[in-house]
Amino acid sequence: MPHDHHDHSHETDGLSPSGHPYQPDQDHKITRWQTMEIAMRELLIEKGIITAAEITATVEQMDRRSPADGAKVVARAWVDPAFKARLLENGTEAIRELGVEPGVLKLIAVENTSAVHNVVVCTLCSCYPRNLLGLPPDWYKQRAYRSRVVKTPRKVLSEFGLELPDSVQVRVHDSTADMRYLVVPQRPDGTDGMDETALADLVSRDAMIGVAVARHL
Amino acid sequence: MGQPQRVRVKDWHPPGHIRAPHYLRGKTGEIERELGPFANPEELAYGHKASRRRLLRVRFTMGELWGAEAENPADILEAEIYEHWLDPINAT
Amino acid sequence: METDKIHRWHDMGGQPAGEINREEHDFALWEKRVDALQVLTSTKGYFTVDGLRRVLEDMGEEAFETMTYYERWVQSVNQNLLEAGAYTIAELAERMEQVQSRGETYGECAGPGE
Repeated sequence: MPHDHHDHSHETDGLSPSGHPYQPDQDHKITRWQTMEIAMRELLIEKGIITAAEITATVEQMDRRSPADGAKVVARAWVDPAFKARLLENGTEAIRELGVEPGVLKLIAVENTSAVHNVVVCTLCSCYPRNLLGLPPDWYKQRAYRSRVVKTPRKVLSEFGLELPDSVQVRVHDSTADMRYLVVPQRPDGTDGMDETALADLVSRDAMIGVAVARHL
Repeated sequence: MGQPQRVRVKDWHPPGHIRAPHYLRGKTGEIERELGPFANPEELAYGHKASRRRLLRVRFTMGELWGAEAENPADILEAEIYEHWLDPINAT
Repeated sequence: METDKIHRWHDMGGQPAGEINREEHDFALWEKRVDALQVLTSTKGYFTVDGLRRVLEDMGEEAFETMTYYERWVQSVNQNLLEAGAYTIAELAERMEQVQSRGETYGECAGPGE
């Protein structure tokens, strides 16, 4: 069965624009699950439950969403203390100001400081602020991260290259219900003259999950 | 501001779709904030029109959750728990 | 009794686990379409994300360990749509047979007009 993510021997020249291998798709023998997807989609369209245009639009929206949306929110919070206050008070409403449509997203933004470091997980499934950050990375959905980060966050963060001193309190946020979380990383030193667009480039997806910090490039 | 309300997560273990994680059951924390009423996922999951329950963010210390195994007992874990999974602990 | 404290497989917080594999991949078109089917049919009230999760949980640990994310999702979305009466098993079976008769690859079987 074609379940091995590591077997990309047929597609070594086929890296995506983000530099990751594509999953087997068009050029491989169709699987049972792909067959089901086509059959379900066609039945739903024929019965008037959904339209082909809605599917296309939803996939395109998925492709448009990326960590750049979240980075824009963080950069605004860095330069505008009043916006940051509104973001921390009511994340869902605050992101509307930047033209990010929350949709079903109910957002809590949590701020890293010199005394507190926040990190986000969903131990029960893989809840993630997709409207702000796009689809979650594979590791966010897998057993190792979900199991370990609530018990040994410092060890897990060190595996991501982040060593936190004892003076910093770690706060782990388990997305167990209806809220989704955005970590507002600390603004790096030496960025005083930078504008919002340049600042947003310093904010990685991982920094907004809380497994990294924002760094001056 | 008064003292935060302390709560204990129910040590229930029924079968079915549940959003109160196992590792928090029976543990004591304090209400970090109230999030308002939300449709109960334990009913939604089975296709029912769900009742609305208050959802609360509860703050636990790592010391409370993991005891001697905690990396740093003062570190924090926060999770959203529905009201029917929480028992208030009255201040003494 | 400790043994009465049922611990379901998906409820992973605090359980022993290995190294984090940070390898990432992009999603294929069929996977994004599965996601879109879930988004659209749940928005239209056929089921909820809670129903999606309930079936994923009930599929069990072996499914989690041996199938990819969207392979599990397509089964859960289907189960929820069947429960909601969106289509019947016979309709699905007939259509799957028809889809497979179209060719060898996803591209061929997805049919014209794609």
